[in-house]
Amino acid sequence: MKIRDIKELLNAEVLCCDEELEKEVNSACGSDMMSDVLAYVKDQAVLLTGLLNPQVIRTAEMMDMVCIVFVRSKKPTKEMVELAKQLDIVVLATNLRMYEACGRLYSKGLGTLKENGEA
Amino acid sequence: MSEAINFHYVVDGDDFTSAGEASVDIKRKLRQLGVDPAIIRRVSIAMYEGEVNMVIHAEGGTVDVNVYEDKIEMILSDEGPGIANVELAMKAGFSTAPDYVRSLGFGAGMGLPNMKSYTDGMEIDTKIGVGTTITMVVNLK
Repeated sequence: MKIRDIKELLNAEVLCCDEELEKEVNSACGSDMMSDVLAYVKDQAVLLTGLLNPQVIRTAEMMDMVCIVFVRSKKPTKEMVELAKQLDIVVLATNLRMYEACGRLYSKGLGTLKENGEA
Repeated sequence: MSEAINFHYVVDGDDFTSAGEASVDIKRKLRQLGVDPAIIRRVSIAMYEGEVNMVIHAEGGTVDVNVYEDKIEMILSDEGPGIANVELAMKAGFSTAPDYVRSLGFGAGMGLPNMKSYTDGMEIDTKIGVGTTITMVVNLK
């Protein structure tokens, strides 16, 4: 799936790095707890979250993620978007709630990685 | 060649919004040095957890990252309250972080265990009322 597909499936607004929309991603995770993202996520390229602070961007960067989706109509601050831009992380914002946003992506084939790293 | 490259950071403990800045920077530096991306990820996650811990529990501190030919060493020092029970603190899910920290997305009690799992060696030197120094090593070979 391309980041552009995520944008369309979630009716999301692109807040930065729209030149990266053609990038391929093959897994995602949804969490408001960055602690859990850091502990349990392996090679997930996309982070869906309702948490709104700069640590979301930094956590994604630590995990080599390429796209963050803010759910529940959360809009990141200018500083957060600027930070994401510097790190080449696409930021999307959707009105959908976490459950539906994850469900739409999952049903279209964006899963989680298996233990062996395959999508 | 045996001389280490050192990066030194002062972690500001007053402002949670800046927590993680040093780890973002070290990631950039290690990329510039051409370190293997899988190694960079392990180093930066471990340091990030440590950096966030420092801000939550110890009002900041310092981080020194030494890049050797065969390993990367991270030394995180603070003058915080110290860790009362290291064995307990190493248990996944155990946390003494206040509730407001959880609303910031942290404090799940995964920091120290995660730091250990992402590194090849970790030592905790802590004294109540004096501070904590955590040394972590990730091997390059």
